[in-house]
Amino acid sequence: MERIFVHVPLNIRTYNDLTEPDRSGLAEQIGAQRRRVADRMAAVRHVVAVLSGKGGVGKSYVTAHVARALGRSGRGVGVLDADLNGPTIPRLLDAPVAGAPRPAHPDAIEAATGAEGVKCISMALLLRDGMPLGFRGPDSESFVWRGALEAAVLREFLADVAWGALDFLLVDLPPGMQRFAELIELLPTPPAALIVTIPTPESADAVRRALRAALEHGATALGVVENMVGGPFAGSAADDLAAEFGIPVLARIPWHPTPDTWAGLAGRLG
Amino acid sequence: MKFLCIDCDRQMVFEERQLPGDGTLAAAFRCPECGRSVAMLTNPMETQLVASLGVKIGGRTVPAQPMETVRGMVVTGKDNAFVEDGKRETGSGPTWTAEAQERLARVPGFVRGMVKRIYGDYARDRGIAEITPAVMDAAKSELGLEGM
Repeated sequence: MERIFVHVPLNIRTYNDLTEPDRSGLAEQIGAQRRRVADRMAAVRHVVAVLSGKGGVGKSYVTAHVARALGRSGRGVGVLDADLNGPTIPRLLDAPVAGAPRPAHPDAIEAATGAEGVKCISMALLLRDGMPLGFRGPDSESFVWRGALEAAVLREFLADVAWGALDFLLVDLPPGMQRFAELIELLPTPPAALIVTIPTPESADAVRRALRAALEHGATALGVVENMVGGPFAGSAADDLAAEFGIPVLARIPWHPTPDTWAGLAGRLG
Repeated sequence: MKFLCIDCDRQMVFEERQLPGDGTLAAAFRCPECGRSVAMLTNPMETQLVASLGVKIGGRTVPAQPMETVRGMVVTGKDNAFVEDGKRETGSGPTWTAEAQERLARVPGFVRGMVKRIYGDYARDRGIAEITPAVMDAAKSELGLEGM
């Protein structure tokens, strides 16, 4: 016998129509996470995202040395190593990577501290030597949830570290723009962006895309830092980007920078 | 996500959450009008996705700890990270059966110390002298210890 199916419209209330109290309160839980970030960042005067969109241009190197210069000038500085899969910041800051972080307060852990008093948090402080960042979870389709977990780690690095009162929190971003998008989502207000490039046109291409994305997300570009100047790389990436976006070239970092090089750059950050 | 009892046009309320230990999750919801129950069953990938957001179905039963995701989800971390010096193992407290120890050994080393302490505190608070897998199940259910 042939079955006849009649389509009956589903005339029911939908998600946003349901406003009864909900014990799970998932939206409230997310809201509480965001407030935790906002509360911690309330004592930080400037959050600066160091980005390029391009790998190998020396973002971490620039981040660490600017932070150290700021620290030498008496500023309160922290560095959040957002490169969760390739963390290098503690070593560059001369911060101890041995041992393990300890709770500082009921709601925060103690940051590591480098030679110039620069505070930092990094997966390098948390992972066993030589081990990659591995998460507990099902092996199949890990691409579905791994990004969400990495964003959660970034949120905890912002909210759950006893940063204290800082003049600058520098966020060292990995190549690409995914982590920057997560950072923008988590922070109460968009960060300033410090753009790092090397002189080559290839770098300018990648950095241009990243800078445009950052501006579209509401970030303010502080300016461009051209790294590895005077070596084998040729081009005018920093000048080209500065002219195109109407932003300053903050520094040109030679292959063998001196403390004055970094002090000059730090001075231009305010 | 929310559940609607179509017949009553009432939002169903959360009743209970279970973590069978195989990576899946079961959550029961009931219609406050007619009493009809439904269970939401998630596969390991779906369970993981919810856990990745740092939220708890049914709400929190224990306060959030700093670095909760890092403590609970990273499996390649240093042992004893985040353990306060004054709270390191002293050898006192409830004993663990071999089965319970075996199960504890499957918890990632990064978070094992914290999990052991939570189970120990749970047993101590209730006057339980020996921690067995059944005690761990009860603690897991009561305290909402996702995947521990």
